[in-house]
Amino acid sequence: MDMNRRHFFRVSGAGLVGSSLVALGFSPTAALAETRNFKLARTTETRSTCPYCSVSCGMIMYTLGDKAKNVKPTIVHVEGDPDHPVNRGTLCPKGAGVLDMIHSADRVKVPQVREPGSSEWKRISWDEALTRIAKHMKADRDANLVKANDKGVTVNRWNTTGFLVSSAASNESGYLSVKVARGLGMVALDTQARI
Amino acid sequence: MTNSWTDIRNTDMVLIMGGNAAEAHPCGFKWVVEAMQHRKAKLVVVDPRFTRSAAVADYYAPVRNGTDIAFLGGVINYLLSNDKIHHDYVKIHTDATFLLKENFAYDNGFFSGYNADKRSYDKSSWGYQLDHDGYVKADASMQDPLCVYQQLKKHYSRYTPDLVSRITGTPKDAFLKVCEAIGEMSKPDKVMTIMYALGWTQHSVGSQNIRTMAMIQLLLGNMGRPGGGVNALRGHANVQGITDMCAYSEVLSGYMGAPVDTDVDRATYLKARTLKPLRPNQMSYWQNFPKFHTSLMKAYYGNAATAENDFAYDWLPKKDAAYDVLAIFERMHQGKMNGFLCQGFNPLAAVPNKKKMSAALAKLKYLVMMDPLETETSEFWKNFGPLNDVKPDEIKTEVFRLPTSCFAEETGSFTNSGRTLQWKEHAVEPPGEAKVDSEIIARLFMTLRAMYAKDGGTLPEPVAALNWPYINANVPSPSEVLREISGKALADVLAPPDPKDPKAPPKVLVKAGEQVPGFAMLRDDGSTSCGNWLYSGCWSQAGNLTARRDPSDPTGLGVYGNWGYSWPANRRILYNRASADKDGKPWDASRKYIAWNGSAWAGADVPDMAPTAAPEQGVGAFIMNPEGVARLHAIGMAEGPFPEHYEPFETPVGVNLMCPSNPKAVSNPAARVYKGDLEAFGKKEEFPYAATTYRLTEHQHFWTKHSRSNAIVQPAPFVEIGEELAKEKGIQHGQKVRVRSNRGEVVAACVVTKRIKPWDVDGKKVHLVGIPIHWGFKGVTQNGYLANSLTPFVGDANCQTPEFKAFLVNIEKA
Repeated sequence: MDMNRRHFFRVSGAGLVGSSLVALGFSPTAALAETRNFKLARTTETRSTCPYCSVSCGMIMYTLGDKAKNVKPTIVHVEGDPDHPVNRGTLCPKGAGVLDMIHSADRVKVPQVREPGSSEWKRISWDEALTRIAKHMKADRDANLVKANDKGVTVNRWNTTGFLVSSAASNESGYLSVKVARGLGMVALDTQARI
Repeated sequence: MTNSWTDIRNTDMVLIMGGNAAEAHPCGFKWVVEAMQHRKAKLVVVDPRFTRSAAVADYYAPVRNGTDIAFLGGVINYLLSNDKIHHDYVKIHTDATFLLKENFAYDNGFFSGYNADKRSYDKSSWGYQLDHDGYVKADASMQDPLCVYQQLKKHYSRYTPDLVSRITGTPKDAFLKVCEAIGEMSKPDKVMTIMYALGWTQHSVGSQNIRTMAMIQLLLGNMGRPGGGVNALRGHANVQGITDMCAYSEVLSGYMGAPVDTDVDRATYLKARTLKPLRPNQMSYWQNFPKFHTSLMKAYYGNAATAENDFAYDWLPKKDAAYDVLAIFERMHQGKMNGFLCQGFNPLAAVPNKKKMSAALAKLKYLVMMDPLETETSEFWKNFGPLNDVKPDEIKTEVFRLPTSCFAEETGSFTNSGRTLQWKEHAVEPPGEAKVDSEIIARLFMTLRAMYAKDGGTLPEPVAALNWPYINANVPSPSEVLREISGKALADVLAPPDPKDPKAPPKVLVKAGEQVPGFAMLRDDGSTSCGNWLYSGCWSQAGNLTARRDPSDPTGLGVYGNWGYSWPANRRILYNRASADKDGKPWDASRKYIAWNGSAWAGADVPDMAPTAAPEQGVGAFIMNPEGVARLHAIGMAEGPFPEHYEPFETPVGVNLMCPSNPKAVSNPAARVYKGDLEAFGKKEEFPYAATTYRLTEHQHFWTKHSRSNAIVQPAPFVEIGEELAKEKGIQHGQKVRVRSNRGEVVAACVVTKRIKPWDVDGKKVHLVGIPIHWGFKGVTQNGYLANSLTPFVGDANCQTPEFKAFLVNIEKA
């Protein structure tokens, strides 16, 4: 039987108690004959990086659900990546609980607006949200972008709308946010990194 | 980090100060344990609290919060007066031999040039003497009283063990024991590392805390060496990457100074930042600034950035004032801001003085929150009783809440504390209608661009011209963007003419359209494009190097050179030329890192040096500095070229014992304090106890309170005090207490521990109150008061990181 290391651990975890039993003659093939499959046996593995501190531990996400049209895959398990040179398979109490953050009941799932003076959220479409936000931004930029300072030097700055950029998003997202902010002339720009 | 997580295994001693790696960075702390077990490395912890890092240390010394410079200044004095420095290293790799200006002085709390009205310095008396050629004058014997070494000695001679102990509350014998351990590391074959975090940065003297330590590491000869360095343990998985992308006002991608009003045109702007060498033969790498900047402008504006229009220089916004997060909220509080976009950030909780935050947000016309979770900021307008006592009908801010992906749903790269970019793939799609941050920004920008195209408006040109080459304009793919960041040739990049055969056609180094192999190929004529020069080469013609997963460590020194990609140039230890002596031989043969092999620099890592610059040329290891060496005297700092102790803005002592007769130098004289905030500082008479915020090992900022498993292991808010204070105040373990500062209050259960003990500060007892920060009015933990209800709105004088680690409170039974 052809098995890689991780597959072996999965199988041995399901029925065998490590290598000593294998040495006594219990073959992993026997474990495969068990009626109840190990829960990760049919999952897809995706490598990821823990989102919390900057040790940036390697993680493996185990996703259940094939790619069929009507199937929404879900992450069912997360563990430390044993190949990762820094964390070598381990996770800390924060990282080990990350599945519950991914599936938190407090995830925002739809665009919402809270109108001025209101005490509740109202669900809106992405189109409405982006159009309304863009209108606000354009009105503010058109009214307040400073083209030249009092000495006549071209300054092209817009400082009445600010932007705090996420430190939890990827480099690529961060780069694009900054590119757009600078492209619009924003100077009131900052990030969690300062704090 | 100048070094990397896996490099910690190479150390002989770990100092943890201003951080608590065992609890805040547990999987990184394993490398400390590795060094302790396999190299018999010593662990020394200096902290206001007896943390879990302290619990496994070989030696622990308590220190009053906010007095780290006094402690470390005392260490410098010990090293210099006991000759515990690495002489050969100090001579070739630092500015110790350089001569300072004759009129430079320090007197009773101020350096020369202080302007009390402006709370800032005229720095003309600081810095080096230059000769006729514009090079720094030096005295190799280090006997000249004006040389940096002698001036350093003079400045820190005031930091005697007795005075250090009176200020810091560290018992004198404990202080000296730490000094002795550090002093041992001055031997050429010994190396120490320092691990710090927010415990050093979140002070009004934060930058100088770190600088003092960097100076110690230079005196010990520990920079650029395996097992050494100055290592910041950062707090979000990609906080390093976003710092490098420079999502803040002062700098453009790759730490290039952003233009300000006085940079009237491109030539003026470039000239001020293209730094010429201050000593003969130095690389002064910022001489390449125009290449990096022009390539960035080509990435931003593509064909619209031309030599004729100064590569679109006019379209870059020019900064006229400070726009750090404190300045932004101050402006908002003054009613000068209309809109605010807030992505993955919870400022109502994360920026000091919650009351001020709340009032500021209420003055906005529109607020756009982009976050995977329901943050407090997104509901700042909602009433949560005493936890957020506001009247929604009076708050006219229009608030949008856009659902974003979390890390597991986004493909792309994160950069860890050790500067290594690591690629990850998304495992699932974001839930519900949530979108990845980059898609939200792209769609928002496309909407705006369409509006400008249709209706016109103010300065529509850059909006139309911003380079947007992505296959799907609404959904730029992370690989497209990382290739743009890494950079490519827009025309053939040619080698300079061969001096032996000047008529030969120039060699093509990179063909038009190809990815560049690194920043050395970038040009200032518009023939290359690069979104961040520091990351250049991370996606070369060889492909996406951030996705590499080779776990091999050929030298056994913890250098995983083919795992991901480290900036700059895949270098794992910065300044690594300094791991060798002046002849290019390693200081310690058992940890040979980079050495001169007779014709080139080579070794375990990518050399931080021109590869063929022979040692006799004397090219310094600190290539980004025009002087080629590291600075013991740094004129870039706001409050002085040598770090000096100043009390926190809310001090439990009320006097700066380094200059007791100068009431204007009690706290950092160059820190920015806004009107209103000054009045909101508390005094020790009303708020007698020192306080600090801190983090718990089970929680990440204000994030994991939304996660059930974290909520189970650490479910409820608390504050922590020592047994002695509990007895004085009649507080029992578990009782509810009210902690007040001059800005607000927190009510929570009180945990009484042995981990916190009072200090003897100048004959008086000073108690500490510890405030874990993780609670709020949203989440699956029990609700609690936001800790920033208590904290002062003042930041470090250089980078404005808020002073969360030292303030004053009072405490009573609730």
